[in-house]
Formats: sequence, C-alpha cells, structure tokens
Amino acid sequence: MYKLAVIGDRDSVLGFRALGFEVFISESLESAAEILDSLAEKDYAIIYITEQLMTGLGEVISKYDDRPVPAIIPIPGKAGTTGIGMKNVHKAVERAVGADILK
Amino acid sequence: MARLNVNPTRMELKRLKARLTTARRGHKLLKDKRDELMKQFLDIVRVNKELREEVESALQKAYKSFTIAAAVMSPEFLEQSLMYPKQSVSVDISYRNIMSVNVPEYTFQTKSSDFSEIFPYSYAQTSGELDDAVLELSKIMEKLMELARVEKSVLLLAREIEKTRRRVNALEYIMIPQLDETIRYITMKLDENERGNLTRLMKVKDMMLKQAHNYE
Repeated sequence: MYKLAVIGDRDSVLGFRALGFEVFISESLESAAEILDSLAEKDYAIIYITEQLMTGLGEVISKYDDRPVPAIIPIPGKAGTTGIGMKNVHKAVERAVGADILK
Repeated sequence: MARLNVNPTRMELKRLKARLTTARRGHKLLKDKRDELMKQFLDIVRVNKELREEVESALQKAYKSFTIAAAVMSPEFLEQSLMYPKQSVSVDISYRNIMSVNVPEYTFQTKSSDFSEIFPYSYAQTSGELDDAVLELSKIMEKLMELARVEKSVLLLAREIEKTRRRVNALEYIMIPQLDETIRYITMKLDENERGNLTRLMKVKDMMLKQAHNYE
C-alpha cells in the first residue's frame, strides 16, 4: 500500500492534513529537497509539492521523471500559481511533438 | 554518406543485406510505434491541460476559504485542530501498458468510509468557516488524484516518444543509407573483379592457343 504526501509551506498545506494526506512542512528549498529525496525512497505513490518550492528544485525532481513511482505533481501554493505546473505540461508536449501545439 | 569499413566479399554482402532487411523492418515498426504513441499522447495531454486548469482554480478557492477560516480563529488553534487527522488515504498502484510504456493507475482507499471523518476536530470550538474550507478541499481530492495519474502518464509518454523518434531517425537517416551505400560498393567491387577475371582468362586463352598452334 502506498501513501500520499504533500510538501509545502505551512499555510498552503495544512488543510491537506484533514483529508488524510501526509503533510510535510518545509519553508526552504534545502529542507524540501531533503524531504523529497527521503520520501521518494519510501512508499509514496504521489508527492504533491507547491509550485513555489518546485521552481527551485528542478534537478532534484527531474531524476524521478523516469520512474513510474513516485509521481511528483506541482500544485499552486497559497501565494498563487507561478505557472510552472502548466509550463511542465507544455514542455512535455514540446519534447514529444517538437512544437507546442496546446497554445 | 560514409560507407562502412568492410571487406568487399560475397559473405560480407550477404551479411549486410540481412542487416538491411532487419533495419528496414525495425524502422517500419518503430515508426508505427511512434505514431500510435503520439496519438495516445495527444489525447491524454489535452485532458491534462484541462484538469490542471480546473485543479488550480479550485485550489485557489480552497485556499481562500482557509484564509477566511484562519482570520476568524487564532493560527495556533487552527493548527491544533488539524493536528491529528482521523482520516488517512492509501493508494494501490496498478500499471496500464500503453505501447510498452507502463503508466501507473491509482486506486484509492480511505481508512474510514465515513465522510465526516475529514473533520478531525470537535465542532464545539472551531468556526464554521474551517468546516467549509476542509469540505471544499475534500471536493478537489478526486481531481488531484486524477491529475497525478494523467500528468505522470504524460511525462512518461513524452519521454518514450522522444526516445522512439530518435531511434526512427537514426535508422532512417544513418543506418539505412549507410547500409545501402556499402552494399552498392561491394556489388560494384565484385562486378569489377568479375570483369577483370574474364579479360584475364581471355588473354590467357589467346596465349595458349598461340603456343599450341604456332600461328601469329
């Protein structure tokens, strides 16, 4: 059985706790990277991470792109969306098709 | 186009011809694979985009509710209320095979089937705004899971398409022309040898006839 995790700043992710997600509060990039790496080794199927943190963690995250588990999914934080989640989708399209056809 | 560095022998020719057939067949198969992957990818990526837009706007709304809840309660108390969740979710992963790409599929299980378990606090001391906020968030949950599935599939498919396309191109523009060129080279070389041999034999025949009959 796998679990679900959410990483982000306190205000953004607190609510997820009520739903049964495992919430990891991280305000800095270093600690987020550490948490992410340790979670990826454990039984977490999906790790949601706030876009604010995601922006600085490109390399840490891309190494899990090839593996089916875990899926690392950006979600907007309380401060609003930075657009990186959408940008990732567009990037995937560009890689696959050669041009961004979603626009 | 550079040809391969091989000896122009009949055996080599046979070997290369076999390789060319394999390369041609592989090229065709990979091209089919690429096309089918692309079809699947385009279907799923549209879903991904819509789902992401939906989730993002829904989350913003949920955050807003939480901000309101935080405004009417003290932050310590808010955190305390959510400190010990009653509900917990776990996931089962199964894999679906799309053109030999294994994409995950999630099945979710909540520990308790009672819906009200998402409120881990007693209603007496918390504000109604917090209830609204948690409720709103719980509505997004299913979409969030779906988003994870779709987005991971998109990532994995994109990678596979890139890889397949590279293989197709390598076969089409490097391997096959190279083999073609080498095969042509060997055939020509062998033909040339054949002709050389023939003239030599005719020459020898002439010389032998001259010797035997002694005529000019």
